Amino acid sequence: MSPWIFTASIMAALMLLAMVRMVKGPTSADRLVALDSINTLVVASMIVLAAAFRQVVFVDVAIVYALLSYVGALFIAKYLGGEL
Amino acid sequence: MILNILIWTAIGIGLFFNTLGVVGILRFPDVYTRLHADTKATTFGSIFTSLAVILYAAAHYFKTQDGQYATLALHAIIAVVVLAITNATAAHAIARAAHRRGHKPVQAVCDRLEEHNQP
Repeated sequence: MSPWIFTASIMAALMLLAMVRMVKGPTSADRLVALDSINTLVVASMIVLAAAFRQVVFVDVAIVYALLSYVGALFIAKYLGGEL
Repeated sequence: MILNILIWTAIGIGLFFNTLGVVGILRFPDVYTRLHADTKATTFGSIFTSLAVILYAAAHYFKTQDGQYATLALHAIIAVVVLAITNATAAHAIARAAHRRGHKPVQAVCDRLEEHNQP
């Protein structure tokens, strides 16, 4: 089995586990923490899948996704803190 | 052979720390400890899984002199730098928002930040 496909499938299982916290989370800040962790795992698995399928464009998508998800998490945090 | 050992070691460290981060957000009691477990462990693990990709691409570039592998390694390095900066900043913003919203840490007996903000 290719190491990249193995890594990406383990990370997909971890994303599902983090989604449990996102559904259950007692407060909205807990859901935001779970969303941030899922974003990080998506970026890491996109880099791994770029090596698996030998497509450099996956890494470019990962960079843009990291920047956009950062802006999204920042604005949700500002909204939760009542500063928006 | 040595390359395979290095790649599997980096993947093992990365997956171990990613798993620790996700178990941390499932098991810890309040938002600050979940943030503490998740942000640091997941960032460290993602840096190591990307390091495995960088090692693989760099080794194949020196073996075949194919420019595609050099592009893969350089863009993965850029993605890792972006990930490290944005994760730390987003975690700071989430903790600040949770404190402003009024969430207290479980079993906390005093709040020095609140006392500092209200002289």
